[in-house]
Amino acid sequence: MYKYDEYDQQMVDTRVAEFRDQVRRRLSGELTEDQFRPLRLQNGLYLQLHAYMLRVAVPYGTLNSAQMKVLGDIADKYDRGYGHFTTRQNIQYNWIKLEDTPDILADLAKVEMHAIQTSGNCIRNISSDQYAGAAADELVDPRPYAELLRQWSSFHPEFLTLPRKFKIAVIASETDRAAMRLHDIGIKMVKNDAGEIGCQFYVGGGMGRTPMIGPMIKEFVPLDQLITYSEACLRVYNRYGRRDNKYKARIKILVHELGKDEYARQVEEEFAHLLSQGIEPPLAELERIKPYFDDPAFETDASDDLDLSDPDFRLWVERNCHAHKQAGYTIATVSLKPIGGIPGDASADQIRLMAQLAKDYSFDELRVTHAQNIVFPHVKKADLYTLWQKLDEAGLGTANLDSVGDIIACPGLDYCSLANARSIPVAQKISERFGSAEKQAEIGELKLKISGCINACGHHHAGHIGILGVDKKGVENYQLLLGGSEGADTSLGKITGPGFDEDGIVDAVEKATGVYLANRQEGERFLDTYRRIGMDPFKEAIYG
Amino acid sequence: MVEVQFRFRDDEAVNDPAVTVDAFTDQSNATAVRIEPGDDARALLPYLDQLALVEVNFPAWTDGRGYSSARVLREAGYTGEIRAVGDIVIDMLGHLKRCGFDAFAPEHPLNPTDAQNAFDRWDNVYQATADGRQPIWAKRHPAGV
Repeated sequence: MYKYDEYDQQMVDTRVAEFRDQVRRRLSGELTEDQFRPLRLQNGLYLQLHAYMLRVAVPYGTLNSAQMKVLGDIADKYDRGYGHFTTRQNIQYNWIKLEDTPDILADLAKVEMHAIQTSGNCIRNISSDQYAGAAADELVDPRPYAELLRQWSSFHPEFLTLPRKFKIAVIASETDRAAMRLHDIGIKMVKNDAGEIGCQFYVGGGMGRTPMIGPMIKEFVPLDQLITYSEACLRVYNRYGRRDNKYKARIKILVHELGKDEYARQVEEEFAHLLSQGIEPPLAELERIKPYFDDPAFETDASDDLDLSDPDFRLWVERNCHAHKQAGYTIATVSLKPIGGIPGDASADQIRLMAQLAKDYSFDELRVTHAQNIVFPHVKKADLYTLWQKLDEAGLGTANLDSVGDIIACPGLDYCSLANARSIPVAQKISERFGSAEKQAEIGELKLKISGCINACGHHHAGHIGILGVDKKGVENYQLLLGGSEGADTSLGKITGPGFDEDGIVDAVEKATGVYLANRQEGERFLDTYRRIGMDPFKEAIYG
Repeated sequence: MVEVQFRFRDDEAVNDPAVTVDAFTDQSNATAVRIEPGDDARALLPYLDQLALVEVNFPAWTDGRGYSSARVLREAGYTGEIRAVGDIVIDMLGHLKRCGFDAFAPEHPLNPTDAQNAFDRWDNVYQATADGRQPIWAKRHPAGV
């Protein structure tokens, strides 16, 4: 994985010093809370319901063992012994003291980590495919391009006070595992007719209160124009994105109001101008970055045999492992969704254990997924049973990837000052209702996503089943959505009808799965059945 | 008129009153103009030779359109003064300078030590912008190799 050189290290160290100075000015009263707020946000520091929350960046979701270990240590030293992995492949801590944050950032900088631009109206952490570099189906590893974008977007002086936050994802396979078209900019690495690799740009996707699937605005941007084209996209947005209403300030609204063709035309004009400005790093820079993402030293004669005689192990392999490009290896995902647990939470001990296991069994590498799980990207099949046993002993062996128990949920009203309703208790109840392995196996793939408010951090629009918490005259109320998807077949869920209370929504989910089980045809997932039979049978069962 | 607190130019300060972009493009022979966040800086491009001062107003520092305005002017070859006025805070200074601002007239004067620290903060930068500083990628690959 990528390693900082002296420049990268200096940039992160300088940021720590800058933030230390900002905190000093806040604590001395030189800065009011209003003045400090945008500054702390650009360092991932939120003021939540009970305490400060610090969000730490995990660039394109890739971590090494030393970094993972420090994440566990921070949870112990500065938080209450937990970390929460987020839907943008980051980690956040919910019980942070303001005066500790410069020291936390300094601890992170020692392992080449930071909290730069994990919040605020700027370009956020670049996300990517959690199976990058391991998946059998990828064209190239998307991470060198994401790293190039990370450097370009870090402290970009023109784009630190955009109309709204700005999220970029880069993928390189047909199967979209990063919800690329639900980002402000989604980049798909593609090959053109001449056999050259380039970038396909999708702009103006997003969730929030106005969910949109990003349209393609440029079919092929050559690699030596990637930064220039990105800069053109951003400049048009910075100049013309709406600032009169924060709910209409995301780039999706600009693209929607102008129309994608007009937006693309304006970008093209700016791009033509910027091409003469010398802002593009030379291809040599990309070539410098690429080798950091070279394959680890795989054994070329590793066996594909697996002893599946242990039924619990077998279930976990079937649900949580994914095809690796290298024979004899697999991609194993640790579900952070135990029955009745808080989605995405891990204890300091669990985090450190995963760090150690990654060192022992996955070439020192881990990934965070946007579904709030942890991936061991390169596990030799011969080691898989041992790895699973060690995970299982620590409560990390849940076999429910992409099934109804693998719920994505935002922190909700328990932690977030924006939320209208709690998410975690609903997730826990659903997880318990559908807890048994038999039930989950019977239902198969079913992506369930919960947001505690319209900002949609829990991606409810993109869930096969989505749940949105709203405030209805002071009472928490939950709406049910069906038919969303974030894959290559991205679609947005539709609301079934009137909302429910906390227990009612759990019942409604059960009724919806009942309709699926009664109507499904051979090989159909929940989503497929819904798409075939439509909303009506579900409505009837839920409200009838 | 608000005083210029920091200036990075050797030439004589321009003190002509700045007119709006509309007034300027309509008729004026003025030499100073003020850009508001909603103005299109490119409207000034035909007149760059005539201008000695462009003020870019930040009514609220969190509205970042002025950064693009300054870069647009510098990229078009404007070499006169670009002055940041309005709600200018310490933590913007370095970034404004990178985008081509070379004079700063904050509505509320800034602590000079903190301001100097902010200007001097970054020994290196990741991007090529209007200030001509060599970005990190250029240092990594001297002579474009």
